[in-house]
Amino acid sequence: MNMLHTLRVALRALLRNKMRSFLTTLGMIIGVMAVIVAVAIGEGAKAKVEEAFAAMGSNLLIVMPGSTSTGGARGGSGSQPTLTWDDMRAISDEVPSVRYVAPVLRSQAQVMSEDQNWTTSIQGTSPEYFLIRSWGVARGATIQQSDIEAGAKVVVVGQTVVDKLFGANSDPIGQVVRIKNVPFQVIGVLTKKGQSAMGQDYDDAVYVPYTTFGAKVQGGLKNYLNGILYIGANSNTDTARAETQITNLLRDRHHVQGTEDDFFIRNLTELANSQQEGTKTMTTLLNVIAAVSLLVGGIGIMNIMLVSVTERTREIGLRMAVGAKPRNILMQFLVEAMTLSTLGGMLGLLLGVIGSRVLASSLGWATLVRPDIVVAAVAFSAIVGIGFGLYPAYKASRLDPIDALRYE
Amino acid sequence: MPSLISLADVRKVYKMGDVEVHALRGVSMTVEAGEFIAVMGSSGSGKSTLMNIVGCLDRPTLGEYLLDGREVSRMDRNALAEIRNRTLGFVFQSFNLLSRTSAVENVELPLLYQGVATKERVKRSVEALERVGLAQRLDHHPAQLSGGQQQRVAIARAIVGRPKVILADEPTGNLDSKTSVEVMALFQALGKEGITVVLVTHESDIADYAARVVVMRDGHVLSDKRQTPKDAALAVATMPSPDAEVSV
Ligand SMILES: Nc1ncnc2c1ncn2[C@@H]1O[C@H](COP(=O)(O)OP(=O)(O)OP(=O)(O)O)[C@@H](O)[C@H]1O
Ligand SMILES: [Mg+2]
Repeated sequence: MNMLHTLRVALRALLRNKMRSFLTTLGMIIGVMAVIVAVAIGEGAKAKVEEAFAAMGSNLLIVMPGSTSTGGARGGSGSQPTLTWDDMRAISDEVPSVRYVAPVLRSQAQVMSEDQNWTTSIQGTSPEYFLIRSWGVARGATIQQSDIEAGAKVVVVGQTVVDKLFGANSDPIGQVVRIKNVPFQVIGVLTKKGQSAMGQDYDDAVYVPYTTFGAKVQGGLKNYLNGILYIGANSNTDTARAETQITNLLRDRHHVQGTEDDFFIRNLTELANSQQEGTKTMTTLLNVIAAVSLLVGGIGIMNIMLVSVTERTREIGLRMAVGAKPRNILMQFLVEAMTLSTLGGMLGLLLGVIGSRVLASSLGWATLVRPDIVVAAVAFSAIVGIGFGLYPAYKASRLDPIDALRYE
Repeated sequence: MPSLISLADVRKVYKMGDVEVHALRGVSMTVEAGEFIAVMGSSGSGKSTLMNIVGCLDRPTLGEYLLDGREVSRMDRNALAEIRNRTLGFVFQSFNLLSRTSAVENVELPLLYQGVATKERVKRSVEALERVGLAQRLDHHPAQLSGGQQQRVAIARAIVGRPKVILADEPTGNLDSKTSVEVMALFQALGKEGITVVLVTHESDIADYAARVVVMRDGHVLSDKRQTPKDAALAVATMPSPDAEVSV
């Protein structure tokens, strides 16, 4: 018996009781909708965090000086420099899971072009910094190792600074700006990075070699590193290992006793993960709703199929009398259950897509309805139909033709 | 050449808890191809039970049943379905048409389970409906047809699969006398084409159109006589209030 005809018979049977069919599929509709929305939320949040994360830098750890406790007087975090240049070198040389280390020395100061000035963040760093943050230049070049060694008075500027000092779309390469009255030559303009998750403008900063920074901007500090360290681990999975290794190394080097470290390590991978925990609770909840409604939906389908089999007992008897085999009857009711659940699934899919669009636009996310989820949702609803339709269909196929024909 | 239907000491016992109902107590008979048989007998004498067994809808408790030379009484459900599909056609007292389904779609059911392709199926279904005089009613649903027309749709469904035997359990039970004779005329016409017809009836007027009358009582065959059948087509022509649309 051909499939197309079976499908037509199933559709006709369902359309005969439109309201009943619709109500039966409500469970499927809500279930599939919840799945689609849950996945969209999960994916949207993940993409959002990943985006913010990528902007900060990949596999990033930040080592910050902590409080020192000398003679019982404890300063606050970062109140005193505790990290040394030797620490930096040691991390770079001795910790295998670390790929890049860059010092970041910061100061707020005025930068002046010929006719404009702008107060911004002046940062002294090394070439590795741009590798850790995977941040390239739109024009010119970044700081080179030779600039570090020479203590060159060169500066790489962020896009916002360019806009303020030279105007949008201008090319400042080769121009001279003054920082604390020291002339620096602009050698590069960084690509636009936008805002951080906290709303801080990444492009509102200028970068100079850290050697120059120490000598010209902040005043010399010999052994201590008056700033923080950006660490790029080998890989995402290496960040946790790098964190432990650096902690051990620094404890050893600083002769830390007890539990009070004089430094901090911020693991941004962990941070991102914990941010995702929140959305996980939400998606778990939605998934539970989805599972429950799919179960209820499946039971509803089973129930209505049992009703349908009873209602159509004579039809089944007649079909058997004219030559339907048990498997033909089984197939007929299975296809009917499957059609019911698949239609419900598709309706749920549609509502789910609309729902996630609405959600996405209200949360400012990109719409993330993954095609594989769409296929999976429809396939899954078909499977629910088969699963819960199996028993009623089997029951129908085992009817005795005479009993079925005589059924009132 | 073996008989088309051959029953040897067929018995049927229904068990209702502790009580055993002997519906058939040893029926033996043979039917040759092309015969037109009426089965009569009082209520509860086992006519329907016999028809169900002959129709492969039920199996005998004891005894042998050869249909077209094959022992069918011990076949499984699938094999029986196959035989019902290809060798037998049924006509019921209550028509048993699918409601809200057109005449053509009702008629094509046996072909569907034979796996006949759509075009061929529709063609043969339309032919069968033309054969029973319903060429103008192809798309009508049962609710839009008279009782006689519904029964003719059922007959079209019974013959569309080109069966060897048509089994009809009180096919005229729900029809008025004139429509009944029209249906008998149809059965007689089928008999002339070599199709075997076995029908159950309570009315001796109806049995008059058969060439052989089997009377049952209490699960036995009481008598089995051949007779010269009345011509139903002729009877229709001479009956009052002719139905303009019917032509058999
Ligand atoms: N499914 C069944 N279970 C139990 N007993 C049954 C069953 N079917 C039939 N019988 C019994 O078998 C006997 C024969 O029944 P059957 O239906 O063959 O009679 P019938 O000759 O067709 O009668 P009627 O003319 O009233 O249709 C009856 O006594 C009936 O009660
Ligand atoms: Mg009966």
